Amino acid sequence: MERTTKFVQGNEACVEGALYAGVNFYAGYPITPSTEIAEALSGRLPEIGGKFIQMEDEIASMCAIIGASLTGHKVLTATSGPGFSLKQEAIGYACMAEIPCVIANVQRGGPSTGNPTHVGQGDINQARWGTHGDHAIIALTASNHQDVFAMTVEAFNMAETYRTPVVLLFDEVVGHMREKLVIPAPGEVEIVDRLRTSVPKGVDYRPYLPREDGRLPMSDFGDKHRYNVTGLYHDMWGFPSANPKIVNELLRHLVDKIENNVDSITRYKEYFLDDAQYILISYGSSARSAIHMAKNRREKNEKIGVLELQSIWPFPSELVREKCANAKAVVVVEMNMGQVLAQVKAAVDEPNKVFLANRIDGKLITPTDIKGLLRVIQGRGI
Amino acid sequence: MAVQDYLRQRFFPHMWCPGCGHGTVLNSLLRAVEELGLDKNNIVMTSGIGCSARISGYVDFHSLHTLHGRALAFATGVKMSKPELTLLVPMGDGDALAIGGNHFIHAARRNIDITAIVMNNRIYGMTGGQFSPLSGCGIKATTAPYTTIDNNFDVVELATAAGATFVARTTTYHAKEATSLLKKAILHKGFSVVEILSQCPTHFGRKNKEGDAAQMMENYKNITAPVGSKALEENPALWGRGIFVERERPEYCTEYGKIVELAMKGAAK
Amino acid sequence: MARQKLKELEINRDWCKGCGICVKFCPKQVLELDNKEKATVVRPEDCIVCKLCELRCPDLAITVLTTQEDDNGKND
Repeated sequence: MERTTKFVQGNEACVEGALYAGVNFYAGYPITPSTEIAEALSGRLPEIGGKFIQMEDEIASMCAIIGASLTGHKVLTATSGPGFSLKQEAIGYACMAEIPCVIANVQRGGPSTGNPTHVGQGDINQARWGTHGDHAIIALTASNHQDVFAMTVEAFNMAETYRTPVVLLFDEVVGHMREKLVIPAPGEVEIVDRLRTSVPKGVDYRPYLPREDGRLPMSDFGDKHRYNVTGLYHDMWGFPSANPKIVNELLRHLVDKIENNVDSITRYKEYFLDDAQYILISYGSSARSAIHMAKNRREKNEKIGVLELQSIWPFPSELVREKCANAKAVVVVEMNMGQVLAQVKAAVDEPNKVFLANRIDGKLITPTDIKGLLRVIQGRGI
Repeated sequence: MAVQDYLRQRFFPHMWCPGCGHGTVLNSLLRAVEELGLDKNNIVMTSGIGCSARISGYVDFHSLHTLHGRALAFATGVKMSKPELTLLVPMGDGDALAIGGNHFIHAARRNIDITAIVMNNRIYGMTGGQFSPLSGCGIKATTAPYTTIDNNFDVVELATAAGATFVARTTTYHAKEATSLLKKAILHKGFSVVEILSQCPTHFGRKNKEGDAAQMMENYKNITAPVGSKALEENPALWGRGIFVERERPEYCTEYGKIVELAMKGAAK
Repeated sequence: MARQKLKELEINRDWCKGCGICVKFCPKQVLELDNKEKATVVRPEDCIVCKLCELRCPDLAITVLTTQEDDNGKND
């Protein structure tokens, strides 16, 4: 099999990535600007014997993919702000019950209905803390279609590796923009499949007992092991427990399995960082403007570099600190009121040298917007 | 096999109050499963939140104890992804028809092959006795100290209108009938609903002076009559018992199987 | 004609919560609650093995074991 080249929307690139990763169950509810993901999969999934179901609401969609994951399927749902809010309860359930699933959130303007057809990046913190209680989450993002594809594959791989929900934080610009996508040949990119238990029938299977490498082998519903899945605190068999020792270990496990693997989970790209005096930190469609601006200024011998984050959660604090150690100033470029900015300020040694270049008016931030701020920081005036 | 063989006996005695009807529902349901000779490995029980929802922890099936009201949404994902499994979804009245009302009517509309059991005690028991959408008017509850003014759903009419293809009602007093109806509901290909009136002596009974568990059950004998009986015809105030709807309509997973066949043929071209 | 006859009426005292449902609905008053509020068999000879106690028990604590008896009153 060869690579195939397509000219697609970002949402279609997500679909291609999901199919490449082995998605075989999708449940969703129509919402702008993510709907193309559902539309494409309604046609593509049955072609490969997979299942697509349009549920009655966003909540049900999230619940349905969790149910389907338990029968051994690779599952996806896609949504945007208001739908992402509604899904939070069940995302918390997937965190607690450790059920692999992928949620694509194609971000738009918020809060509330905001602006469905215009871009925003305001769901960064909601991805982290949208559901209640202590937990950890993985959130990935991308600024171009090749990376949308790659990060979607990564999302499925990480969901299986860590038995956790993974959020894809795309945005309206990336979702609806069209550009070239090269789909790798089968086998070219590694796919992580469901790790199933080797415990034979009749032998005590403990679905929440991690192996030495930290992974928890699963058993499909309908297969030989009958166990319990609950959103309550539970023991290693999945049965409710209020034993303080068990509860303490469970919650620490849920957080540690992700936070302690930040190095393995971190994905990023860097542009001209080696000698950069000014560093732009960005992600998603904002990063396109940041990269464009940096390239232009490099031609004028200005030492500007870009750190493009492709994983937002767990936040790669150590990476950011190291990369920014010698910078005169750091500018976080994002389309919200400074959600990643706060993380960067917390990560670096000198938070006072971190600035925000943002737009929150539904328009894509431009290289000119960033350049203006940078000039002010440099003391050159606009 | 004995009924106890379908239980996770290590968790007994169960957590329900003395005389709680939910234990009888469990009893009747396990007898239905036993009499049908179903393979435990082929059954998934999905439940929501509340007293009723704890039922899934006690059965030796694949068990999925989910979120308040969402049992049917989870069950839809399980069933759709692996249609050969038998899905049993017991729910409380608030669980099924307040917070889970939307999922209930849409599961019925799709006619997906799931057996929904509404364990109707007309009260939120786990939280201490608040009125539910099945309480009806004139009921005392901790959130209705002056009695309720909320009308109740009729589960049978709601399920019927929403498209369920098997709809039945019985009570914990009529345990034999419950087993017989549950057997039919499980065998039925499509969305089946069995409402079982189930006493809550601790909250509903005490607040509304209905006596102890046995008295509440005896009351079920007095306020119900079989569907098609003369008693029911003559007294519309009685609740009907038995099968209200049994009809054939295309089942959702079967229909989707046809879509897959069609799509795969198209893709092969 | 063989008919069912009581062999043993087992009550799991660990599971019984003493709600009294079995006592109240037994058509032959075979059962009573003892001083520990647990169901107990007091008149086994009267049992007609209708099994209603077993079917209705919310604690799943009752098992009615039967044996076949032929017309001559002999157990098989």
